[in-house]
Amino acid sequence: MVTLKSLPEEELFLAGSTACHGCPSSLALRIAFKALGSNMVLIVVASCTSVLQGSYPLSAINVPLLNIAFAAGGAGASGAVAGFKALKKRGEIEEEPTVVMWGGDGGTYDIGIQSLSGAAERETNFIYFCYNNEMYSNTGTQRSGATPLGAWTTTTPAGKHQHRKDIAQIMIAHRIPYVATVSLAYPLDFYQKMQKAKSIVGTKYIELLAPCPPGWKFPSSKTIEVSRLAVQSGMWLLYEHENGETRFTAATKKIIEGKVKKRPVKEYLEMQGRFRPVLEKPEGKEAEDLLEKEVTESIRRLKGWVPEYI
Amino acid sequence: MPNQGNCDGEGGKALRVLETGNHLVALAVRAAGVEVVPAYPITPQTQVIEKVAELIAGGHMDAEYIPVESEHSACAALIAASLTGARAFSATSAHGLAYMHEMVHFAAGIRAPVVMANINRALGPGWNIWCDHQDSISQRDTGWLQIYVASHQEVIDSVIQGFKITENWSVMLPLMVNLDAFVLSHTYTDAEVPEIEEVREFLPPYKPRWKLDPRFPVTHGSVVYPDDFSETRQSMQIGQNNARRVIKEVCRDYAEVFGRWHGDMVEEYLIDDAEIAIVAMGTLASESRVVVDVLRQEGLRVGLFRIRFFRPFPIEEIRSLGERVKSILVIDRNYSYGMEGAVFTELKGALYGFSNVPVRNLIVGLGGRDVSYELIADMTRKAISGELGEITWGDSRITPSHRVTLECLEEFKKLLG
Repeated sequence: MVTLKSLPEEELFLAGSTACHGCPSSLALRIAFKALGSNMVLIVVASCTSVLQGSYPLSAINVPLLNIAFAAGGAGASGAVAGFKALKKRGEIEEEPTVVMWGGDGGTYDIGIQSLSGAAERETNFIYFCYNNEMYSNTGTQRSGATPLGAWTTTTPAGKHQHRKDIAQIMIAHRIPYVATVSLAYPLDFYQKMQKAKSIVGTKYIELLAPCPPGWKFPSSKTIEVSRLAVQSGMWLLYEHENGETRFTAATKKIIEGKVKKRPVKEYLEMQGRFRPVLEKPEGKEAEDLLEKEVTESIRRLKGWVPEYI
Repeated sequence: MPNQGNCDGEGGKALRVLETGNHLVALAVRAAGVEVVPAYPITPQTQVIEKVAELIAGGHMDAEYIPVESEHSACAALIAASLTGARAFSATSAHGLAYMHEMVHFAAGIRAPVVMANINRALGPGWNIWCDHQDSISQRDTGWLQIYVASHQEVIDSVIQGFKITENWSVMLPLMVNLDAFVLSHTYTDAEVPEIEEVREFLPPYKPRWKLDPRFPVTHGSVVYPDDFSETRQSMQIGQNNARRVIKEVCRDYAEVFGRWHGDMVEEYLIDDAEIAIVAMGTLASESRVVVDVLRQEGLRVGLFRIRFFRPFPIEEIRSLGERVKSILVIDRNYSYGMEGAVFTELKGALYGFSNVPVRNLIVGLGGRDVSYELIADMTRKAISGELGEITWGDSRITPSHRVTLECLEEFKKLLG
């Protein structure tokens, strides 16, 4: 049984990061590093994580890291995996390091989806980690394919009119061996999923809902609370998909099993300034209803992968 | 594949083969001990990667082939593979090269010593799969070294020389081997492919200066503020400058080991007593060699100056040329719109302040239009007699089937009155 106290003490995410206060990506890196250990290589596509490492010639990341172009995550990882395979054949290294690609929702849902899809279809042996803050936070909060309906961004000043994509389901459709969603409010669930991903050969896709204090407009001390309410309201569902089957985990499992009551989406929306413009308007109720419906639909779709509900 | 076995008659280990330029690229890649090949198909490059895939599948080559889903990804994978410390190669052409443009910059900026073959092809629209140099000339300012080859044998030798040059720690800039579509890529000629063992002695396994190594974690390509950025770019220019010497050394050593010489930065033919020099790149330089022979029979003192490395640009060699000849005719198989042929501009830039020799520009062979030695000879005669304008689109045709495009061109010229 993994407990918070039993997590490795070694920190590979060092002091001196240039991240914003309450940054979810930096918290996630810390947990991921603990789960994966030091024999790893990180590929980072253009994102907040390119910026939070610190600036040349210093870096707060104590694993080898390759910053690569926005659209190139899956391909960069593919090249690294092939390179290490070649080094092992040549006798240069004994064990191939775990290759982890780290990108935001822009680099995953939008500009990077082709590269990710290609790498997954080629069954590349790596972990693709998407920290989804539901907008282009690094460039100043523009709309992305992950931005939920109703959310304000600088390019959706009246609130977004369209639903977000369900990219984890797109990855499941690639028939990769492991897909999982994680939350900072459930660090042990997160840690265990990272460890499992490391142990599986093939493409692993892990996605974190990454509440961004400046982008979502909530105080930087509330990152974990917003993360928790996202799960409790069903706006972020925690599960893992393995061998063609989905398993709900942590608080989501309890909600689905009826052991805990799902909180209304409204509570989650009201915690964040980004939904205020739409909630203040007459169509605010409609947006709220559409999001509740989206949650219901997502759960129903996921249940289609869970043996006990089929 | 080799069709004759060892038959160089000297007891050496080279294989004489009858192959297409594209297949020769693949055989050279194998001989060079390449370990990772990410690639995406595009005409006229496909035979390169088909051959590599076939060699790997047949157990004749020990490398990782990554069938990526785009050229942008091909170049990204190329960079990452190289940064692990493996020797990596890719091949592309035209739209593929344009599509990977962002990563072409990236490869040079992150100092990945990779080699990529580019099969020179026109960029559409209109769709045109045939040869010109617009694709690679458009990548001029990315920081890559660029070779333009003139023969099948030079294709092979340039790939091997290429790795030796780019992996030199004083260079560490990627290298593009450019070969003309169809003229070289799809035609068969016999050529000599050196044996792997022999090449390994000349080109040992890649020893990286920096890499992605968990035992020594380093962050590559991080945020660099204005206070440091300019120096990172200056270091690329230093790499280009260093390459001038490394290229000369590598080509000299290559000639000693393998007995073949294609020039280093440039290749000269009958320049010493020439009054006019034809300056060209790629197979148009081979065509121009015939022109030199023909015109010399007419008593005209013509020489050929083939630019082999377009980057780094052969500045010193061109200044020396400016001192030796009375006029220069530059053939460009590309065009920098709003200006003139790119080689023409660059050559004049190198001569500025050193020579007042008159320079003329001939634009020919765009989109694969056949360029005959007669045409170049005719234009050279005109250049000698002073009849040739500064810039001449030298190969416009007037036949019934081509009249439509020509008439449209005339109409367009008249639009402003």
